[in-house]
Amino acid sequence: MNATSPETLSVVVERDIPFPPEKIWRALTQPHLIEEWLMKNDFAPTVGHAFHFRAEWGSVDCEVEVVEPNKTLSYTWSAFGLKSVVTWTLTPAGGGTHLRMEQSGFRPDQQPAYHGAQAGWQRFFAALERVVAKTD
Amino acid sequence: MSKAQDVLFRTLADPSRRALFERLCREGEATVGALTDRSGISQPAVSKHLRVLEEAGLVRGRPAGRQTHYSAQRAALAPLVDWTSHMVGFWRDRFDRLEDLLKRMDQ
Repeated sequence: MNATSPETLSVVVERDIPFPPEKIWRALTQPHLIEEWLMKNDFAPTVGHAFHFRAEWGSVDCEVEVVEPNKTLSYTWSAFGLKSVVTWTLTPAGGGTHLRMEQSGFRPDQQPAYHGAQAGWQRFFAALERVVAKTD
Repeated sequence: MSKAQDVLFRTLADPSRRALFERLCREGEATVGALTDRSGISQPAVSKHLRVLEEAGLVRGRPAGRQTHYSAQRAALAPLVDWTSHMVGFWRDRFDRLEDLLKRMDQ
């Protein structure tokens, strides 16, 4: 294993939601609604639009890549030195919607701890010590 | 816990080994002599810790003449720093909040 491994990781979360795609689409694309479940933002459903999500712990740099109303929404997601792409897919299912979120494209060697930031290392090793203490 | 994680935890649980590994991460390649200078432990002890780190895949030795230069292999930490698990937890929580919002929204 080495630090330039091209292997990428992805995260998928999906769920059947008892509301139609049109309603979920609004929650995914209107800034004041996005803020209620995700983070403060200056999102706009326009391909190429650069925006940020902001939280107490920092911000996420994003750019809109795909907008297919009520079907697919995709934006880049860069935080803590990690670059990935978040893709939302809405599929009608029995009066409701199958909602799928995939975050993909980041590599194991992009882990924040690998960047050696002092605070990151301290948190990492503090957590390590707690786990080791438990396994004894 | 997987075997790979177990080995990494045991290897890094020792404060001297952890200090050596952190120093190699911070400062790049170093010889046993250079690592001994500011470690507060003996050269044989440093060599022994480096062997354990090397067996765990956390450092690699590069022979150069009579010296061996050691460097950190940060990618070996991958089994410990499971970013994907963290993100799955994050998004599941956000899905819950999204569903709550949808219940409160008008049509």
